[in-house]
Amino acid sequence: MATALASTVVVLTVLVVIAVTSPGWDEFRAKFLDGDLFWTSLPEIARAFRLNVKIFSISEVLILILALGIAVLRSLPGPVFFPIRLLAIIYTDVFRGIPTILVVYMLALGIPALLLSDANWYRSAVVWSIVALTLVYSAYVAEVYRAGIQSVHPSQEAAARSLGLSRWQALRFVVLPQAVRRVIPPLLNDFIGLQKDTALVAIAGPVEAFRQAQIAESANFNFTPYLCASLLFLLLTIPLARFTDWLIERDRRRFLASGGS
Amino acid sequence: MRMRAFAMAVVAALAAAACGSSGGSTASPAGTTAANACAKSNLTLVTPGQLTIGTDNPAFDPFFQGPTGHEWTGQFNHDPYNDQGFEDATAYAVAQQLGFTKDQVQWVAVPFNNSYKPGPKNFDFYLAQVSYTPQRAEGADLSDSYYDEQEAVVALQGTDISKATSVAALKPFTYGAQIGTTSYDVTKSVINPDSSVQTFNTLNAALQALKNGQIDGLVVDYPTAYYMANVQLSNGTIVGVLPAPAGKEHFSMVLEKGSPMTACVNGALAALRADGTLAQIQDRWLNQAANAPALH
Repeated sequence: MATALASTVVVLTVLVVIAVTSPGWDEFRAKFLDGDLFWTSLPEIARAFRLNVKIFSISEVLILILALGIAVLRSLPGPVFFPIRLLAIIYTDVFRGIPTILVVYMLALGIPALLLSDANWYRSAVVWSIVALTLVYSAYVAEVYRAGIQSVHPSQEAAARSLGLSRWQALRFVVLPQAVRRVIPPLLNDFIGLQKDTALVAIAGPVEAFRQAQIAESANFNFTPYLCASLLFLLLTIPLARFTDWLIERDRRRFLASGGS
Repeated sequence: MRMRAFAMAVVAALAAAACGSSGGSTASPAGTTAANACAKSNLTLVTPGQLTIGTDNPAFDPFFQGPTGHEWTGQFNHDPYNDQGFEDATAYAVAQQLGFTKDQVQWVAVPFNNSYKPGPKNFDFYLAQVSYTPQRAEGADLSDSYYDEQEAVVALQGTDISKATSVAALKPFTYGAQIGTTSYDVTKSVINPDSSVQTFNTLNAALQALKNGQIDGLVVDYPTAYYMANVQLSNGTIVGVLPAPAGKEHFSMVLEKGSPMTACVNGALAALRADGTLAQIQDRWLNQAANAPALH
């Protein structure tokens, strides 16, 4: 314990000393750690951050549902379902392959360009960004689900079938609950990525936290506002990560308590 | 416990030292006060013997005109080597004042936002509709004005916003502007719209949003507005020219901070203004047949 503490202090000290004695420290501090600008730009950035939260919350729900659908479709056995499996494979390949920013550009600026409707929702860059993020992240999350489904031992499904459950009932009541529990950590990975990718909506107009920080940066010629935006993103991520740790721990305790079955 | 407290004290002391350290000294540039500091042979150039001028890529009409060439390729792009267009002609006029022939001028492409960031430059001076702001002047030298600009609102023909005749009438609409531009600042300060101003990385993205009906009006400088409304849009119109906020906006050329050439460029611009060349260039290349109304 004492050794760990001592070595942490030494490492921190070395890092701080290197930073502080570097030739550009004063300039760095003025341009990246400006206290006054931090507090003056924080309110507007926090207000803009609500858009990130809104996009993230809606997308997350849609992703969980869509991805599960794609993963199930991809796991359908038998040659008769081959076209459906193929479609699912193409979907995951395409939307994992194309950079997310391109998908947002093409949907948020491209679909309204078709001028199919005058409605406000049709022209809304926020709506199409949510669609874009959902499409992209469902591709990733579907693969995570698929890994979870495949990790459940086939004897589970065999046992369920032998008890008289249909394929779908076996999937719904036996396989999926186990599969989803197993993949909660990688699912969280993807959602933390999603939180940060909500910043992409800014390319089509709406001002979210990162864009607001960018506006403050170019108005003041100072990079400190990015620090504000970063801290806000962290404020969202860290509790989520700790909550997930708690979920996993609770699940593990139940698993062990029931005799490891 | 004691170990932890001691460690905390050490870290805290170091942090306090970091925050308390005073600013470093800045070396003042050695200035030449020779009367002919602006003579061609005395200029400190990025590449000796030639004048390196920077501009953005793409280089748009009416600032740069003529065919594409060199790195300036693609539709809507124009080769600065053409010596056609308002900024192109101004740049070559300044080059001539400084004593350079056309063959001695080289062009480099530099993104707009990078031109005025602090640091060494790969050009002798840069021009690409860079508006003077005190913040930009902190990181780079900005020359005197070579064009006093105004902002204008571009919209689609037949829309409600196109019928506005006063600044107050502009308030209820949705606006877009390129991020980090004075157009954005003017939109917020002069129009002060009810809904938040949408921002775009590039003018092309903003123009697409205008075409899609995602924004009602796009605020840009007047020459760009003219080009957008008459060339890029088939159904575009200029709603009007906005009143300039306190202190007129103008375009400045960008040079490296502390560059000895800044005074020379300013001298050249003063000479061009005095003998009417600047006005001639503006007439020829920015000669707008249709006057856009001034809004109040």
